[in-house]
Amino acid sequence: MQKRRKLGRGVAVVGAGMSKFGMFKDKDSKDLFVEAFGEMISSVDKGVDPSDIDALYLGNFTNDFFMHQAHWGPIISDLIGLVPKPATRTEGACASSGLAFREGVFAIASGFYDMVLVGGVEEMSKRSTEEVAEGLALATVPYEGRAGFTFPGVFGALATAYFDRYGATREHLMNVTIKSHNNARLNPKAQFNVSIRDIMEAKVESAKNKGKPLPNWRDEKEFLRDHGANPVIAWPMHLYDCCPISDGAGCLLLVAEEIANNFTDDPLYVIGIGQGSGRGLHASDDLTYFEATRYAAKEAYEMAGLKPEDIQIAEVHDCFSIAEVIHIEDLGFFKPGEGYKAVEEGLTRLDGPKPINTSGGLKCKGHPVGATGAAQLYEIWEQLRKRAGKRQVPTKDLRIGAAHNLGGTGGTSTFTILERR
Amino acid sequence: MEGRPFSDIAYEQFLNDEKLMGSRCKECGALFVPPRPICIQCNGSEMEWVEMKGRGELRAFTCISVVPPSMMEEGYGRNNPYCSGVVELEEGAKVVARIEEVDTNKPEEIKVGMSLTAKFLHRDEGEDKKTFLVFKPL
Repeated sequence: MQKRRKLGRGVAVVGAGMSKFGMFKDKDSKDLFVEAFGEMISSVDKGVDPSDIDALYLGNFTNDFFMHQAHWGPIISDLIGLVPKPATRTEGACASSGLAFREGVFAIASGFYDMVLVGGVEEMSKRSTEEVAEGLALATVPYEGRAGFTFPGVFGALATAYFDRYGATREHLMNVTIKSHNNARLNPKAQFNVSIRDIMEAKVESAKNKGKPLPNWRDEKEFLRDHGANPVIAWPMHLYDCCPISDGAGCLLLVAEEIANNFTDDPLYVIGIGQGSGRGLHASDDLTYFEATRYAAKEAYEMAGLKPEDIQIAEVHDCFSIAEVIHIEDLGFFKPGEGYKAVEEGLTRLDGPKPINTSGGLKCKGHPVGATGAAQLYEIWEQLRKRAGKRQVPTKDLRIGAAHNLGGTGGTSTFTILERR
Repeated sequence: MEGRPFSDIAYEQFLNDEKLMGSRCKECGALFVPPRPICIQCNGSEMEWVEMKGRGELRAFTCISVVPPSMMEEGYGRNNPYCSGVVELEEGAKVVARIEEVDTNKPEEIKVGMSLTAKFLHRDEGEDKKTFLVFKPL
């Protein structure tokens, strides 16, 4: 039976930082974490002495595979001068730093620590696309790998089940992609900070310079329908339905609520945290939702005493376009089967009533898997504190934001609700 | 048959013998393919083996063009995608498997709900023998 959860004592976020996301030949995991850590330190309004940090919780999925180097907790801890304080790595596939955040919250709520650094890092771009696909497939369930499923393949299959049940089509998923790119265009840290229209214009320009025939797409959807421009990866998932291969890092500084004002007059409070787990495709009773996400959402809403309509802005785990549609339903923002219509109607746009993935999401901001959960919370930090620049949502009385992080093919899911008071 | 543990290894040994086997809970009758040693419906641990007929319907599928290295070795890739799917067996359990004998270059023509039948694809011999469960249109 799921009980109403509560923390032993309140926890607040008083700082956050994230590296630029992208594919970097000349930067490694340590360089990226230093970048995020530096911004986090300077984001603490009244300053912080890093030697007061009691412990580090670091999300990393599989640098073991990507970089042939494991045991990243102490490597990062040493890098930023925390040794000999404890460093713990959390692994929940793409939700690894969602878990790090949660463990950090528990460590403070228990009364054991007063200040904890939580974050994540992943370095993926030094491998070929096929190798990355193989590395990510480590997080499918064993039967799925045996049946040939890749990550895009699992989400492609979920899309066919969703299409069959609700009558949605590929055209609807294109609305997600177009929106994500429009948001990422306003995010200087995004891997692809360009709109689909920008990409189309660049391709026309490049054809012109090379003396090739000029492509003639009437609009974004015609571009996305073009198999040359948007090739299939795992049908019906095409290139522009999929998040990229990325390197990056993110981190947040958590403190006990009673000392938050020593660091800032404008902390964010952790008012809901949920985590769920799920099964493989073959054992799920339905292929159009994620059991883990629904469980995590219920746990977090009950803890916060909030309903889905109270969440004013959310980062949602859109590793693939179909994932955003399914998750905005699982989180209760829209009814099952209504998510794709909500996106089509513009309800999830930056200036809509329920802005989703203002950062550009995993699709455009990038998805260095172990860093994603921390980077999602960084976006909520920036938005709630009204520092999101050109992509700042115009929502009035903006107070409540949330981040949803999914690991594997639905094996792990976290949902975290933050409040500005 | 009775003595085998309800494990993935036993499941694969049965596949080698061209048998698709699941476990059924003696307490509540819940069926699991691949077999489970513990019933997730009632927590019972008394199981029995049941053989599936190998017929079912496609519930979800994908045609994969960007393939992992192991599938590349089998000749699959951007110009030759393969299909993987979720099949709901007549007996009610679902399995994941490769789907063969469908035109993977025309995925629009592959339909959720289509009837399928199991076949067994053997790879290697002796100790290394591995059998993959695949389905094809009925």
